[in-house]
Amino acid sequence: MVLLLSIAAGALFSAGLYLILRRSLVKILIGIIVLSYAVNLLLFNSAKLIPAHPPLISIGQLSPPEIYADPVPQALILTAIVISFGITAFAVVLVRSTYKALGKDDINLMHCTDIPCESSEVSTELEKEGSQK
Amino acid sequence: MIALPILLPLFFGILSILFWKSLKTQKLLSILGTISILTSTIYILLFVKENGIQAIQIGNWIPPFGISLVVDLFSAIMLVIAAIVAFSIACYSQKGIDANRGKFGFYPLFFLLLMGVNGAFITGDLFNLYVWFEVMLMASFVLIALGSERPQIEGAVKYVVLNMLSSTLFLIATGLTYNLVGTLNMADLSINLSKVPMQSQVTLIAVLFLIAFSIKSAAFPLFFWLPASYHTPPVTVTALFSGLLTKVGVYTLIRVFTLLFITDIQYTHLIILVISAFTMSVGVLGAAAQTDFRRLLSFHIISQIGYLLWGLGMYTQQSLAASIYFMVHVILAKTALFYVAGIVNHIQGSFDLKKLGNLYSSRIGISIIFLIPALSLAGLPPLSGFFAKLALIIAAFKTNQYAMIIVGLLVSFMTLYSMTKVWNEVFWKEKKYENDTKDDTPVSHWMLAPTILLVSIMVVYGFFTEPMMEIALQASAQLMNPGEYIQAVFGGTP
Repeated sequence: MVLLLSIAAGALFSAGLYLILRRSLVKILIGIIVLSYAVNLLLFNSAKLIPAHPPLISIGQLSPPEIYADPVPQALILTAIVISFGITAFAVVLVRSTYKALGKDDINLMHCTDIPCESSEVSTELEKEGSQK
Repeated sequence: MIALPILLPLFFGILSILFWKSLKTQKLLSILGTISILTSTIYILLFVKENGIQAIQIGNWIPPFGISLVVDLFSAIMLVIAAIVAFSIACYSQKGIDANRGKFGFYPLFFLLLMGVNGAFITGDLFNLYVWFEVMLMASFVLIALGSERPQIEGAVKYVVLNMLSSTLFLIATGLTYNLVGTLNMADLSINLSKVPMQSQVTLIAVLFLIAFSIKSAAFPLFFWLPASYHTPPVTVTALFSGLLTKVGVYTLIRVFTLLFITDIQYTHLIILVISAFTMSVGVLGAAAQTDFRRLLSFHIISQIGYLLWGLGMYTQQSLAASIYFMVHVILAKTALFYVAGIVNHIQGSFDLKKLGNLYSSRIGISIIFLIPALSLAGLPPLSGFFAKLALIIAAFKTNQYAMIIVGLLVSFMTLYSMTKVWNEVFWKEKKYENDTKDDTPVSHWMLAPTILLVSIMVVYGFFTEPMMEIALQASAQLMNPGEYIQAVFGGTP
């Protein structure tokens, strides 16, 4: 089971990384979402997977049984899911308003904050390149 | 008591959301709030200096099972300087933030950002640190995009994507740490990481943390998001970010690499040293090529981050003390410089160095409050920047790093060069382009007062180097000896 989960997490990581390296902003967004799933799986895997042994102390005893499932990773994942949900929601809105403000979702064309846009030679050249694709 | 720097911003943040409709009340609250935060942090600093490291356990769980909040001297210093910057931002924003941005929640976000920053300084738990980082990032994401101007949106995209990636890496490293050691309490980790049988795994995780925090603190070669985004929002927001955000990254680097990952110093700290050399030089070379006031200053942030990491890379008591001293100096100088950029923009209506000029003859006072932090940043005596660099170089001589000393001095010289460039372009040269702005535009006291405040604190800080250095040395002694930290968390029974 651990092996399966690790392979799944690894596959998600590589898929997310591939998507992040794309030029389209929407694909980058999906890549980040996939990456956050991958991290959640990794966190889930970070303690031993023990089925059917809840971390409860039975009546009359002072310590938990010798074998029990570690509850901490679940708590971590829950927090991580909530956070990534909030951030994803913000990112979706940002992507939308980017498209509204700039009219493009190709990040190669978003260079105005790095190369000042007055140097119009660069931008027309890049746009030509973009339209050819 | 030590939870106050988290609770107060939360309280004032909620309060300013309640007064959403009334911008006036929010502005008043921002000043009241930052003053109360400043008072509480100064009290904490004095208390910690007297009584040693303080720790509390959230929900009264016995450590290491619950979340601990720990304040040592280094955290306390960072809390105070963050509160000073916050107070000055609150003043500057009275006029520096337009009504549109104010109406859409600048002040609540400002307080939430402050809460995240303070939380990151105080927490003693690795996962909790992640949560505070996210609180801080979430607020900063909205702040950088607030206003939705074209360049702002573009900068925000770059900022958001790279910072999310860094958070992901941070979370991966945290998960792997839990897998390896089975705890996330930093004091407990400090004890148990050295007991891990396969030390190469610890080093691997250390490098993952290094990458994650290097993105946050904009170190070479992971700094590209910073000059692409920091100059797009209004100057108030940029000053806030430059004063606090990247410094939180450096703070966590110092915390993590003095408390947790000290098992393989020859490897990890050598990497930090090399990174610092490149960060310093690439940052300043980038700055030399800029013609936009804010972009130039953004590149200087990167260059100064290099100096801070240099002190960590040497890993001696003196070098860490120099880093701490440098941190306070650079936060004051940098924020003041951004304020001046905002004032210059207010007077002449541009950030482009080519379009500015001739301010010295018309506004001599503003020229002087630019010159002092600029020279201090370059490291001229008797200002604080000189003593900060001197302390670093003395520490480097003691560890025989002559190559680093040469790099450090050259970068210092280049900083002076690019500051003279700004001085020539903005203050001395005749204005080449005529525009319709008048040089005698009145500047609001709300913009001048915080700038003068920061500059004078910096000058006083430089004059009282001896006692300040004493505190920094005390703080770095605590950093070099994790036993004290561990004892404070576990209450005498480690």
